Amino acid sequence: MTGYILKRLVSAIPVLLGISVIVFLIMAMIPGDPATAILGSYATPENVEKLNRDLGLDQGLVPRYFIWLGHMVQGDFGRSFALNRPVLDEVLDRFGATLILAGTSFVLCSLLGVAAGVVSAARQYGWADKAITFVVLLGISIPSFFLGMMMILIFAVQLRWFPVSGMWPIYGDRTVWVLLNHLFMPALALAVVATGVIARLARSAMLEVLRQDFIRTARAKGVRERRVIWRHALRAAMVSIIPVLGIQAGFVLSGAVYIEMVFQWPGVGRMLVDAILKRDILLVQGGVVFIAACYVMFNIMVDVAQAMLDPRIKT
Amino acid sequence: MTFRALSRRALLAATAATALVLSQGGAQAQTPENVLIVGQIAEPQALDPAAVTAVNDFRILMNMYDGLVRYKDGTLEVEPALATDWTISEDGTVYTFTLREGVMFHDGSAFDAEAVKFNFERMLDEAHPYHNTGPFPLAFFFSAVESVDVIDPLTVAFTLNAPYAPFLSNLAYPTGLIVSPAAVMEYGADFGRHPSGTGAFSFGEWRSNEAVVVQANPEYWDGAPKLETVVFRPITDANTRSAEMLAGGIDLMVEVPPVALSEFQSDAYTVYEQAGPHVWFLILNAKEGPFADKRVRQAANYAINKEAIVNDVLEGTAEVAAGPTPPAFAWAYNTDLDPYPYDPARARALLKEAGAEGAELTFYVTEGGSGMLDPVAMGTAIQADLEAVGLDVKIETYEWNTFLGNVNPGLEGKADMAEMAWMTNDPDTLPFLALRTEAWPDKGGFNSGYYSNPEVDALLDAARVETDQDERARLYQEMQVIVQDDAPWVFVANWKQNAVTSDRVEGFSLQPSFFLLLDDVTKN
Repeated sequence: MTGYILKRLVSAIPVLLGISVIVFLIMAMIPGDPATAILGSYATPENVEKLNRDLGLDQGLVPRYFIWLGHMVQGDFGRSFALNRPVLDEVLDRFGATLILAGTSFVLCSLLGVAAGVVSAARQYGWADKAITFVVLLGISIPSFFLGMMMILIFAVQLRWFPVSGMWPIYGDRTVWVLLNHLFMPALALAVVATGVIARLARSAMLEVLRQDFIRTARAKGVRERRVIWRHALRAAMVSIIPVLGIQAGFVLSGAVYIEMVFQWPGVGRMLVDAILKRDILLVQGGVVFIAACYVMFNIMVDVAQAMLDPRIKT
Repeated sequence: MTFRALSRRALLAATAATALVLSQGGAQAQTPENVLIVGQIAEPQALDPAAVTAVNDFRILMNMYDGLVRYKDGTLEVEPALATDWTISEDGTVYTFTLREGVMFHDGSAFDAEAVKFNFERMLDEAHPYHNTGPFPLAFFFSAVESVDVIDPLTVAFTLNAPYAPFLSNLAYPTGLIVSPAAVMEYGADFGRHPSGTGAFSFGEWRSNEAVVVQANPEYWDGAPKLETVVFRPITDANTRSAEMLAGGIDLMVEVPPVALSEFQSDAYTVYEQAGPHVWFLILNAKEGPFADKRVRQAANYAINKEAIVNDVLEGTAEVAAGPTPPAFAWAYNTDLDPYPYDPARARALLKEAGAEGAELTFYVTEGGSGMLDPVAMGTAIQADLEAVGLDVKIETYEWNTFLGNVNPGLEGKADMAEMAWMTNDPDTLPFLALRTEAWPDKGGFNSGYYSNPEVDALLDAARVETDQDERARLYQEMQVIVQDDAPWVFVANWKQNAVTSDRVEGFSLQPSFFLLLDDVTKN
């Protein structure tokens, strides 16, 4: 097993190197340089050249890449031009905020989606199924940023139940409840589409299972209907629901970008959008490499866990 | 039956959970007394005035620092600040300032002539031990400064390499704000996160992406501010910023989107408007193509309905521009100038005379950018107006940085017209950088449309070295008449900056400089 883990870790190195080259080249090739972005109206060729020199951007592409890579290997991601602070500090701060938002959303959409799918399937063509299908289709069809803005208008501006934006209040203690209060609307808005998708797929997976013989056998044995649905059928259906959850986790994480803009959530998606607009090269590069590294590590952990649980996967 | 039970239980649980979360909800309705929460448009880059370039950062800095001089309330004319008085040598190259006595930086160190010298040498002298705390992108505002000499602790002299009339107003600009040398020495490149000045408010804390908090400086030489604390919150999305204002999460909001203004037309809010030193224009390519003919350039000025743009597209958040100099520079503005009227018939006649009917034009439009207002909608309106007089306009749209990369090197061979906007602190800056022959892009300027008129060049050169303000004003006014007639640009709009406060805020006013000054503001 140790050998397998090592092998997977070593194989991650070329992946990360490839990503670093790609993001570096993209940032080098997009039109507009950081000096122009900083100087704006005052970007005379002379001023741009001087500022690029001060920012260390006057060297060739190849030396710049290796200097950046060399520093990064030693844990130094450089300094953001636009925020004037170390890239790694900023990325870690922001990544934590995104994880809280996307994680909560993921839990919400998994629970709600599966529950709605199961109820729908058990009551196929009944009023509950129709109502759920209607709500779910509505949820899938509304863009999350629009839903977010509507939620702000109704629940924050009109009813004043929740704060409009941000992750923490300007004043007062940082308790879990205060965080939940800020988290509720963005997490829900982010979860809606994924909930709909999961609900649809959970419904069809359940319908498939409910037609099978073992369900009939269970019912014939006199097992209570609730137990048949939630124990026997759902357990079997989970086999095809779980991969969908995995895909939706990715969608929730990338969908967080819009929600972070609307709710001004201090997450990594909003950070990258701002950084790209300001041509904050090191922050974009560092942010992308960091996120990529996290994805790769996550995948390795999943694979390792699967290998441990399922002896059929060769180690 | 089983499901009814389940849904009832789920409903109960959901209600309980929501209620728990909601119980926290009531607290956020009101912001505390004497604490002003300002909705900013972005996270600041740094709180070091020498290192930043954005109006967004200036809004904080002007409350924490002072310069040697500042703009008089409601004008763009300089008055004493940290310097109480100054003399200018006969030839206009030596400025000697007498400094205010007994002023302390927030960190407790004293403000004196040595501190002034340190500030400017830090920016300008590459050998200065703290030059590496930069970069200082706007240091060229002071590139005329040859040396800064300490005469005595309260007297400092600046020697310029040539007479340079905008020097004083550049000192009033945020780049000229004085920082504490002791704090720069202590924090080095991190000074921007540990700022220390002499201003009305001292630094409290900076929570990244959440808030910058500043506190009243009770020792302020110009009278302690009435507010205890000011919190600057970055809220980049304009709709979210408006929602925060409506929900009571902020007390003051800047840069209200035109479409949101109607939300604040009630007694619960006050809307402020102030025209500033901003001009929105179209650069016309005077070197080649149809716009090489002055009559075609004038025709474009007649053809575009500027009233409709400022009133309908911009919902009244701008005024029609008459010439290259914004009216906010009251002392240098030529009040005899009237904007080109909207006159499509005249435009058609001029086009016919010039033989430019049906000419094809390439029009560079940007998606956004500093001071660009609503560039896509404005560009579309302009296209429609020009097509109405028989010109065939093709729009090419670019993201702001790409746009600058295309426009700044000059329009030759690429486009006939391009949108542009400038905000400046002196009537010299824009025409000097964008209308002189010596400012063509290949010579390092911003004259991307290759306008050239020796008369204008001579007037601008003379105005730059003239230290008598009345004479300078006369030169600029003459320049405006010539430039308006030559029509190197289509003069479109002067932006009115706006802000909204809640009814608890009093004593606030916007400045023509676009700075946000809060030392006289109160909040009940």
